[in-house]
Amino acid sequence: MVWNALLLALRELRRNVMRSFLTILGIVIGVAAVIIMVTLGSGATVQVSQQIASLGSNLVILVPGQMGPGRGSSVAPFYADDVEAIAREIGDLKAVAPAATKSVTVIFANKNWSTAVTGTNNDYFTASNWVIERGRIFSESELRAGKAVCVIGATVNKELFGAQDPLGSKLRLKNISCEVIGQLKAKGQSGIGRDQDDVITIPLRAFQRRIAGNRDIAMIQISVRDESAIDRVKSAIERLMRERRHLAPREENDFSVMDTRQIAQTLTGTTRILTLLLSAVAAVSLLVGGIGIMNIMLVSVTERTREIGIRLAIGAFERDVLTQFLVEAVVLASFGGLFGVLLALAASAVLAQVLQVPLILNPGIMILAFLFSGAVGVIFGYVPARRAARLDPIEALRHE
Amino acid sequence: MEKSTAQIARPAQLLLRGVTKVYGTGSAAMHALRGVDLRIDKGEFIAVMGPSGSGKSTCLNILGCLDTPTSGSYLFEGVEVGKLSRGQRARLRRYYLGFVFQGYNLLNRTSALENVELPLIYRNHPIAERHALARQALGAVGLAGWESHTPGELSGGQQQRVAVARAIVTAPHVLFADEPTGNLDTARSREIMDLLTALNRDRGITIVMVTHEADMAAYAKRVVRFVDGLVDSDERNDKEAA
Repeated sequence: MVWNALLLALRELRRNVMRSFLTILGIVIGVAAVIIMVTLGSGATVQVSQQIASLGSNLVILVPGQMGPGRGSSVAPFYADDVEAIAREIGDLKAVAPAATKSVTVIFANKNWSTAVTGTNNDYFTASNWVIERGRIFSESELRAGKAVCVIGATVNKELFGAQDPLGSKLRLKNISCEVIGQLKAKGQSGIGRDQDDVITIPLRAFQRRIAGNRDIAMIQISVRDESAIDRVKSAIERLMRERRHLAPREENDFSVMDTRQIAQTLTGTTRILTLLLSAVAAVSLLVGGIGIMNIMLVSVTERTREIGIRLAIGAFERDVLTQFLVEAVVLASFGGLFGVLLALAASAVLAQVLQVPLILNPGIMILAFLFSGAVGVIFGYVPARRAARLDPIEALRHE
Repeated sequence: MEKSTAQIARPAQLLLRGVTKVYGTGSAAMHALRGVDLRIDKGEFIAVMGPSGSGKSTCLNILGCLDTPTSGSYLFEGVEVGKLSRGQRARLRRYYLGFVFQGYNLLNRTSALENVELPLIYRNHPIAERHALARQALGAVGLAGWESHTPGELSGGQQQRVAVARAIVTAPHVLFADEPTGNLDTARSREIMDLLTALNRDRGITIVMVTHEADMAAYAKRVVRFVDGLVDSDERNDKEAA
């Protein structure tokens, strides 16, 4: 009986192709929207996690001031002796890298390029997982003397040198002439859409003296040898910095110690909530699609009153007619679900490309959305189907 | 005398006793049937006549188990139909009754073969058997070769013959025909009546036919006339006997 109902339903859809298409459009859009949201959402989440990982493994970041709104920006920065104190007094560390950054226009020959110049030491390359593509890192004497040498990122290299070998060339950074001694391997886009490779690193002293004109350090990156030591290292750093910054026991920290796990959680948490909200909105359109199906099924029952009368007169049971119309609604809705999934696949592929997030297909959510569309068919098809089944055969046969 | 003893010995196939049917209530109540007694035996061919509003269609609906009496009793092959549920009456229609309507009532845009197959689908016949039976039935009404035509491609007479094929494909005990020739010209009407007569004669199917045309009623073995919701006259056609 269900098989026959299925054949009947397919025939009925073929007879009203345009109407069927318009009827399922709501479901198509609903299903597609849900899947696209979830797909792009999980893509974004994965991307954020990847980028956090590319920041460096087992990384602890120390910045002045407290994260959050309403905090004053006039907090004291760190200084070189803070970096030395951490390296000296806290064990289990792989690298301790100071970083002070400024946006600077770089000139080479007739080209100029605006980029971020970071003053730091060699530990920075370890802590941030940088790999040297060619050339070398700073020497001890260059660091100590604050010599004007630089290691450039892949983007800077491409913009200023193109296919040319950059090593040995001299860049103009503000008023200093700076020799390129190395180039970093590309890391790619970061979570916030920032190009991580658009960087130039120079020795911290050179930065402080000749670019910033002060001794401030905006951030200290600390790479911990073992993941299990992260929490211990964090609290040790906190104690040390409170002491060094002379904070009274009741005073709040005027700096923040974060590890990459925390940052990742904060960022993916935001993405997840956003995905959830958008999916909820999309689910509402599925519901609207269901109402569309109910509407057209009610019209169909009225139009086919006579047919229903004939069927009842020649021996169809109520449940036969109920099955017929219910199956029709479910078939309609399922087609909507199917097209929705296909549309979502196409749209996700295109959008992932445009938004530059990885395409993470989740078969679970597709199956779920498809089944849900079928369920929408059952729920919204039931009322029209029952109306059809309950028709009085005599009245139905008289219906014009 | 012999005939009446035979009738007593054999239970009637269709038996109405004091059947009334009232539509609406109170002052708006419409008495369609006012106490009808009617006995129909297996193998009869009855024409039910009467002016419109006389209750003949209501009576046919009750006999066809599409409707139930307000009061009185209707026994179908010994079963009290008034006590049956909607579903149980549908079961009677499915397995024992066939219907032919004035307006043919075929499914549009559906081939003749599929129209004839329809009752078999509800009886869960396997598909091969369904095709075979439907082809046979179409052959029996003289429409072999027209299986794939849809009602829109058939003439009125052909459509009504498809309807007859649909009614007899299940080998029903009783065939109900509600003005089967009402929409047809005389020649087509005669074809349909010849078909019904043959079915009654060759297959022993009991036929109850509502008509208002005396010409058509003349084909039946017995003519029952309704007036104002009551049986006014009940006569045997002596034509055949004579």
